[in-house]
Amino acid sequence: MLSDPAVALTVLVLSLFVGIEVISKVPPLLHTPLMSGSNAISGITIVGALIAVTSDSPLVSTWFGFAAVVFATINVVGGFLVTNRMLAMFKPKQAQGGDK
Amino acid sequence: MSPTVLQIAYLLSAVLFIVGLKMLSSARTATRGNAIAALGMGVAIVTTLIGQGVLGWEYIVGGVILGSAIGAFAALRVQMTSMPEMVALLNGSGGVASALVAGAELLSYASRGESPAGMVATAIVLSTLIGGVTLTGSVIAFLKLAEKMPGQPITYPGQQFVNAIIGLGVVALCVMVATSPLELTPFWVLVGIALLLGVLLVIPIGGADMPVVISLLNSYSGLAACATGFVLDNTGLVIGGSLVGASGLILTKIMCDAMNRSLGNVLFGAFGAAPEGGAAAGAGEQGTVKGYTPEDAAVIFSNASSCIIVPGYGMAVAQAQHAVRELADLLEEKGITCRFAIHPVAGRMPGHMNVLLAEADVPYDKLIEMDEINPEFPQTDVALVLGANDVVNPSARSDESSPIYGMPILDVDRAQHVFVIKRSMNPGFAGVQNPLFFNENTMMVFGDAKGVVLKLVSAVREY
Repeated sequence: MLSDPAVALTVLVLSLFVGIEVISKVPPLLHTPLMSGSNAISGITIVGALIAVTSDSPLVSTWFGFAAVVFATINVVGGFLVTNRMLAMFKPKQAQGGDK
Repeated sequence: MSPTVLQIAYLLSAVLFIVGLKMLSSARTATRGNAIAALGMGVAIVTTLIGQGVLGWEYIVGGVILGSAIGAFAALRVQMTSMPEMVALLNGSGGVASALVAGAELLSYASRGESPAGMVATAIVLSTLIGGVTLTGSVIAFLKLAEKMPGQPITYPGQQFVNAIIGLGVVALCVMVATSPLELTPFWVLVGIALLLGVLLVIPIGGADMPVVISLLNSYSGLAACATGFVLDNTGLVIGGSLVGASGLILTKIMCDAMNRSLGNVLFGAFGAAPEGGAAAGAGEQGTVKGYTPEDAAVIFSNASSCIIVPGYGMAVAQAQHAVRELADLLEEKGITCRFAIHPVAGRMPGHMNVLLAEADVPYDKLIEMDEINPEFPQTDVALVLGANDVVNPSARSDESSPIYGMPILDVDRAQHVFVIKRSMNPGFAGVQNPLFFNENTMMVFGDAKGVVLKLVSAVREY
């Protein structure tokens, strides 16, 4: 599908614009979770890692693929979990039990 | 699954990413947004596994178990004050994963003796280069943040020249690999140089410029994934990667704007390498500063009705966020309204102060952004500056010769009284003296942020 450079470029440019639009609305309050969360999304490269490891390929590329699976999984699992942990701490005033 | 179904499943996962990121625009919906983005990742992974058949399962299961264990362990154990280090390492692992995928693809093309199409070869080159730079750049950023390596810029004569030569070499190598991808020697040289370049680009950047570096590396990890998408002809990767690329670029721009510096100046200016001659020379002439005790400060608080606390990196270093929360609660109990003013570049990464204060259970409606809180300082009785320096330096407003002139600052000097809690009179990272400390309405309280705040708490309680 992307082998047509025009199609590929279209997808790329449009998603960059969507990204800019969506991210610009994130308040500075949440910039750290935004960063770790978007970081987890960059772990989408795990899809590539899975393809690299399964393709019928020489041993050295399989090992490259395996290492890629490990690193991408660290990125995905670590990123989403740590973001969740951070976001759970952000509470509005009324939600606080001990607030006087 | 037919290719069309696969494509639609990747589209679904991209939509979930976008919806998830969109929900990060409010603290109320952010946790669900993160879960939705994670669901999108799940969809992409399952789709890939189904689409690929059953080859290489032992590697996949082993790799996923190993990666999940490391990722989960780190995510659940990391201290909130170490979040910049954690994000740096996550950036690095994303970057290296993309580069490894590109390398694996090139090696399998080579073993088949089949030359990849021009666009694919170009994408392999870009993914390797960006991924490699992201890996070593992130490791250096991590070492600087964790203070396992000096935070000051590391510079040497001719540095820019050396970097320029290496830059030209990289371009030449990229062209060589992209045009004849089956010659593997240039590829391996490219890998080595990309790794070296990551180190060389980050060592001249000072510790306090880390918010920019982390944002930029975040962007790179996305762009590397995006390039890998072109290698594998996979839209999921292209869309996901470019979303992250855009996100990192926006944060980079916000951070640069908050320091009134260009990206080029941050990356190559070696800011904070040595105190600027003029500014440092002028420092001694500004008179002496008088140190006060927490008890003196408590007296002022007894007549105050409003307080704004300005946290900086010093609060993170001293792990003072819980003590600060205690102080804020006590002041509120005494009828003093208490809010926090957050400068965009306070700390070592975007939003660093907000996370620490949220950890200490400060409600987020008390964390106020710079533009919103600045008009309030003149009507405020006490501004309490806690381990922040350059972001409250009035020279940025008035002194055109100052290296930080033009940087937006928090106008604490306009409050009735200013307390500055600071370890010593050392200037901030910019090497610039801060006239705020010499103002008549400023009281300096020297000591470790946490210790002083705890003393302040007991002094205010007794008063």
